Amino acid sequence: MSEELLHSPLEAAHIELGAKMVPFGGWYMPVQYTSILDEHAAVRKQVGVFDISHMGQIVIEGLGAESWLNRMLVNNVSKLQVGQGQYSLLLNERGGVIDDLIIYRESETRFFAVVNASRIEQDFFWMAQHQPEDVALANESDLWAGLAVQGPLAAAVFARLFPNVTLPPRNGIVRFTHEGQELIVCRTGYTGEDGFEFFSAAGEGPTWLKAFVAAGAKPCGLGARDSLRLEMGYPLNGNDLSEELTPLEAGLGFFVDLDKGDFIGRDVLAAQKSNGLTRKLVGLQYLEKGAPPRAHYTVETPAGEVIGELSSGVLSPSLMTGIGMAYLPIEHCKLGTQVQIDVRGRKFSAKVVKKPFYKTNAKAS
Amino acid sequence: MNIPADLRYNNSHEWVRLEGDIATVGITDHAQAELTDVVFVELPAVGRQVDLGDPTAVVESVKAASDIYAPISGEIVEGNPEVEADPALVNTDPYGKGWIFKLRVKDIAAVEKLMDAAAYQAMIS
Repeated sequence: MSEELLHSPLEAAHIELGAKMVPFGGWYMPVQYTSILDEHAAVRKQVGVFDISHMGQIVIEGLGAESWLNRMLVNNVSKLQVGQGQYSLLLNERGGVIDDLIIYRESETRFFAVVNASRIEQDFFWMAQHQPEDVALANESDLWAGLAVQGPLAAAVFARLFPNVTLPPRNGIVRFTHEGQELIVCRTGYTGEDGFEFFSAAGEGPTWLKAFVAAGAKPCGLGARDSLRLEMGYPLNGNDLSEELTPLEAGLGFFVDLDKGDFIGRDVLAAQKSNGLTRKLVGLQYLEKGAPPRAHYTVETPAGEVIGELSSGVLSPSLMTGIGMAYLPIEHCKLGTQVQIDVRGRKFSAKVVKKPFYKTNAKAS
Repeated sequence: MNIPADLRYNNSHEWVRLEGDIATVGITDHAQAELTDVVFVELPAVGRQVDLGDPTAVVESVKAASDIYAPISGEIVEGNPEVEADPALVNTDPYGKGWIFKLRVKDIAAVEKLMDAAAYQAMIS
């Protein structure tokens, strides 16, 4: 990307905390502070805090909001009670993924969506193109600083800072006022651990980052965020999701409600479902010690026939073995199927495994 | 930052220890601190001829793979099996157990052309 990088309101605080900063999705963000392995372990065993100010917030409000969102998104927003959220996807007419997001219902007629940093403009443009008269849209992405506090001790950190506020249950949202500031807390994350995403006015972000750190959360960068999400098999838009691939191919059928009525891309998904998929996103795990798998490495059959490439890959810090995901032809997607991954000409054997790669102790409730 | 006075350095952050015509090569303390958490080391094949500046080994962190260049021309005589088994040695003992490969140098005088500790210190500061 040749455009100028966007800057988080927390940038000065990151540099003060010793972060190594890199461009990511058009933003200048911390990739790590001291060590990706230490930051990863902190989230698995204790608690870490990530800057997610680059992520976008879109407010959808109006009498027609619920029925319109059901035509725009794959999941069924009518199932959401006030204060609840759900994972969903925004598709194009071909059934391809524009973005994956979490949508929360804040009232009967008001919804709050948290979207990917690199997709804010496309998401908002696509929504605005389809916007009916009885729905108002607001892109509030510049107004909010965001922090994700993740790990088994996340709830304890929250209680230390906000003894009088109850964290919402899993996937829930609470908007509250604290010493005159408007704050939002959502019980979700991208690590597989318990935790929450926290939004404050952009200018207050650095103070809250320091407050969470003082309350025991280790500052964590995007490097650990990536290894944590990949251990869970969570897709990253741009790597594992694209406008040319459908949520069914991505293995996200659980979040697609084909029975709720029409939505953009539905006919393509319904046809895929009845005809069967020709390719699918699978989890791959090394069967031997080897060089870390990375995105775009070639995936081959044991005989050397090229069948795809990794969409994501990492040396799993929890499992200390190579893991990755790839779209493979359906005949190679069965669990246990053996493949090999080409790393600079060396072949490492791997097999198709069930996701998540790593099982956390986080409660499913 | 540790920069031993008895070693030679090149500008891509490898160090060289010459004993007879055998040069032991590793990466500097500064380089390991920049790379952080080494999780994999790919060693060169014994017998391979390398020229100054050739990508010779690969050191990988969680986030990235980095080439390690030959700081001097010669023939690879040994790779360090210990860093293959325990890549973190590159972080914890970069000038000792974390060495990466040894080569038989073609021209011992070429070692003199590499930076000394003071020059390397100046380069990284």
